[in-house]
Amino acid sequence: MHQLTLAEIARALADKQFSSAELTQSLLARINQLDPQLNSFITVTEELALEQAKAADARRAAGENSPLLGAPIAHKDLFCTNGVLTSCGSKILTGFKAPYDATVVEKLKAAGTVTLGKLNMDEFAMGSANESSHYGPVKNPWDLTRVPGGSSGGSAAAVAARLLPAATGTDTGGSIRQPAALTNLTGIKPTYGRVSRWGMIAYASSLDQGGPLARTAEDCALLLGAMAGFDAKDSTSVDQPVDDYLAALAQPLAGLRIGLPKEYFGTGLDARIGEKVMAVVEELKKLGATVRDISLPNMQHAIPAYYVIAPAEASSNLSRFDGVRFGYRCENPKDLQDLYKRTRGEGFGAEVKRRIMVGTYALSAGYYDAYYIKAQQIRRLIKNDFVAAFKEVDVILGPTTPNLAWKLGEKNADPVSAYLEDIYTITANLAGIPGLSMPAGFIDGLPVGVQLLGNYFEEGRLLNVAHQYQQVSDWHKHAPKGF
Amino acid sequence: MQWETVIGLEIHAQLSTQSKIFSASATTFGAEPNTQASLVDLGMPGTLPVLNAEAVRMACQFGLAIDAEIPERNIFARKNYFYPDLPKGYQTSQMDHPIVGKGFLDITLEDGTVKRIGITRAHLEEDAGKSLHEDFHGMSGIDLNRAGTPLLEIVSEPDIRSAKEAVAYVKAIHALVRYLGICDGNMAEGSLRCDCNVSVRPKGQAEFGTRAEIKNVNSFRFIEKAINFEVQRQIELIEDGGKVVQETRLYDPNKDQTRSMRSKEEANDYRYFPCPDLLPVVIERSFLDELRAGLPELPPQKRERFESQFGLSSYDASVLSASRELADYFEVVEKTCGDAKLSANWVMGELSSLLNKDGLEIEQSPVSAEQLGGMILRIKDNTISGKIAKMVFEALAAGEGASADEIIEKKGLKQVTDSGAIEAMLDEVLAANAEQVEQYRASDEAKRGKMFGFFVGQAMKASKGKANPGQVNELLKKKLEG
Repeated sequence: MHQLTLAEIARALADKQFSSAELTQSLLARINQLDPQLNSFITVTEELALEQAKAADARRAAGENSPLLGAPIAHKDLFCTNGVLTSCGSKILTGFKAPYDATVVEKLKAAGTVTLGKLNMDEFAMGSANESSHYGPVKNPWDLTRVPGGSSGGSAAAVAARLLPAATGTDTGGSIRQPAALTNLTGIKPTYGRVSRWGMIAYASSLDQGGPLARTAEDCALLLGAMAGFDAKDSTSVDQPVDDYLAALAQPLAGLRIGLPKEYFGTGLDARIGEKVMAVVEELKKLGATVRDISLPNMQHAIPAYYVIAPAEASSNLSRFDGVRFGYRCENPKDLQDLYKRTRGEGFGAEVKRRIMVGTYALSAGYYDAYYIKAQQIRRLIKNDFVAAFKEVDVILGPTTPNLAWKLGEKNADPVSAYLEDIYTITANLAGIPGLSMPAGFIDGLPVGVQLLGNYFEEGRLLNVAHQYQQVSDWHKHAPKGF
Repeated sequence: MQWETVIGLEIHAQLSTQSKIFSASATTFGAEPNTQASLVDLGMPGTLPVLNAEAVRMACQFGLAIDAEIPERNIFARKNYFYPDLPKGYQTSQMDHPIVGKGFLDITLEDGTVKRIGITRAHLEEDAGKSLHEDFHGMSGIDLNRAGTPLLEIVSEPDIRSAKEAVAYVKAIHALVRYLGICDGNMAEGSLRCDCNVSVRPKGQAEFGTRAEIKNVNSFRFIEKAINFEVQRQIELIEDGGKVVQETRLYDPNKDQTRSMRSKEEANDYRYFPCPDLLPVVIERSFLDELRAGLPELPPQKRERFESQFGLSSYDASVLSASRELADYFEVVEKTCGDAKLSANWVMGELSSLLNKDGLEIEQSPVSAEQLGGMILRIKDNTISGKIAKMVFEALAAGEGASADEIIEKKGLKQVTDSGAIEAMLDEVLAANAEQVEQYRASDEAKRGKMFGFFVGQAMKASKGKANPGQVNELLKKKLEG
């Protein structure tokens, strides 16, 4: 049962091959058995999941037949879930049970999904290796000595290890796409404003977007269709109807114009990954796509701009974690300053502190223009590059990451080397466009991801291209040994 | 040395919206602590702000009323600092792109001259909560009911030159926001608070002196006293060879003095940046046109109309137009009796001292505008004299009758105008005072003038004030001379 995709589960549940309760039982047993190796879950909500599964079975017995009814998923632990711990992978949210559901959680609940629990992540979504979590690092099921990517590393590891068919994640600089690439999954970061951020604990508000991680583009389409949509509770959510992503999947690729940005294939890229990406391009050509070289000249500035904007917003977003109203509070504070200093000093991990300090510095009087304003100007230039490119091509294609999954602890001494792993993904967040990563093969037994970038609200097109590729390839069907 | 005072004011007006600026919680004053605080107001992780359109509308109305530029786009920014009653660790405010740009307000000074005060800007922001330091046994309590209440911060140019001008300006803003119905102006409840930036410079010097900011002064009287104290403090400091330091000060009404709260060096670096959770607000021209068309008559227009339509002095017109309620009251009185001058005199005289005595607002007046107008009508048609009118007015205030007519009737206060009756009464008075009559007749013109008043007094007393004073004068003169 655990090898089934969401779409296959939907058909099996509709055909009454098994019940949601049976499926949920079986996956919970699998999580109990296998997750200790991976550490992908922070909380397993066993009772709640069984209740939801039974409720879903009852709804189906009553004649309901929606595709996600009874389908098991889990949420990255920054989506607030009513009454269940939401930790953000941080000590500072110790014991924090939100009194409300995030819009994404609410929508997926309404669609009838069964929530198995909350998934591990880099603390406050800051990281590319899932090593900064207070709940310990997550291991990559393809090689337990390697990182699964981050920050949605728990989501990626759990889905890749077949502990569940799909999960939610969030992507601020690549946090869905990069772990998807490193664990052989398909994951999509939608257009900024497509998925509500209400109830999604903010890292960098102008960059954060929720999205699905699954094993196939079809499953991503299924899940994204239920997650997306305008939400009056999020002012940055866009009031535009959601496309029928499932319907878009079947469209033939004949005439599809693919752009290959030369900046994505330059120095820094593992040449073997470049070859895998070009092999995907060849397959897409066979499906009728045309390919041309393009340029995104401002990409070189993306990392510095991102590492000003994201920490700047984070330094402000994370101010509310002060020990006054919720979460961790230091023991016996002497006075207010002591309460603040020790609560935050003890509650936040090193990477979060590093980014809060960088962000605070960037916003300080006398530095604001040189850093924050300059970064926003770069952001505009990057956006303009994409706007120009999408006049020429429908989809931009390149590697998702410059390197394969690295060893746990390998980049701890040099945070900048980890920051550079985001080089191909962060431009989509800065521009607000959608981006998808899909499996493109293996090197030394480790997965390689290819990234597709689309114009605003062209999620359907990205899912379509990925789905068509997955009809002629089977990389996405490979499972890690032992799972 | 001659010193000149320079004052700029920042007024925080709490907008009277039903709900908060970024959440759906109610804004009612005085509720049980934390009963009007939603997830958003508590700064719960994952919550997001949604701008209240009503707050935007109110801010724009204010902008139109002060002839301000209202830019097409305004942007919310975060002002970052840590404080327990600031749940998110930042206040959502506006910095570089406020909703209301440059405008002005004309104020009338005590001598009747009109002075124009520039308004630099007005911006929207959320209020913080309250820290409660009593009853928590060495700890502090936090009440977040007020957190997220919409404020319009109105920043004046440093155009104000005295404490009295400052008070006149705050009163004018107070009147304006109440006219517009965008703020209840209740200073005791903190609906209108004022920060005063005060500096002094030698008269004739072009550049400004170093200023001190007195935070959160919450009554007209305190504004005047705080500024006067601060001006005196700064002058004495400089004259003693010291220097004013830029700092934030607090006014203590009990001691009538200001004291230092924090210096410029201790001031926070607020690290303002555009709030990424809110989109820029676009103000459409058509929206402003609609708002402009719906604006009520505002104090300056009303003042002018009172002068031209009713022939009131500019002082009377400005007093009567100072609040919408007072102006409305006056207009009803005038309409009822048809005499603007008498109406103005009664409203600004007897009525206003009655209200002052009991600490009442015009809306709480025990004498309605119709009642007062009806009474003035009886003065005009000689049914009662001005003196009797005061009695009638007091009776109305005491609720002794539904109308002046009823009271006049019930108490028999109707003026006697029958000359036969008056003459008979005067004969009695003169007979009772035969000695004084003798003296009068023996006196010269100058002395007679003085003595005449005595007879009038006696006559009015005898008639219990009801005899028509004009007739009494005339007939008395005849009889005494005769």
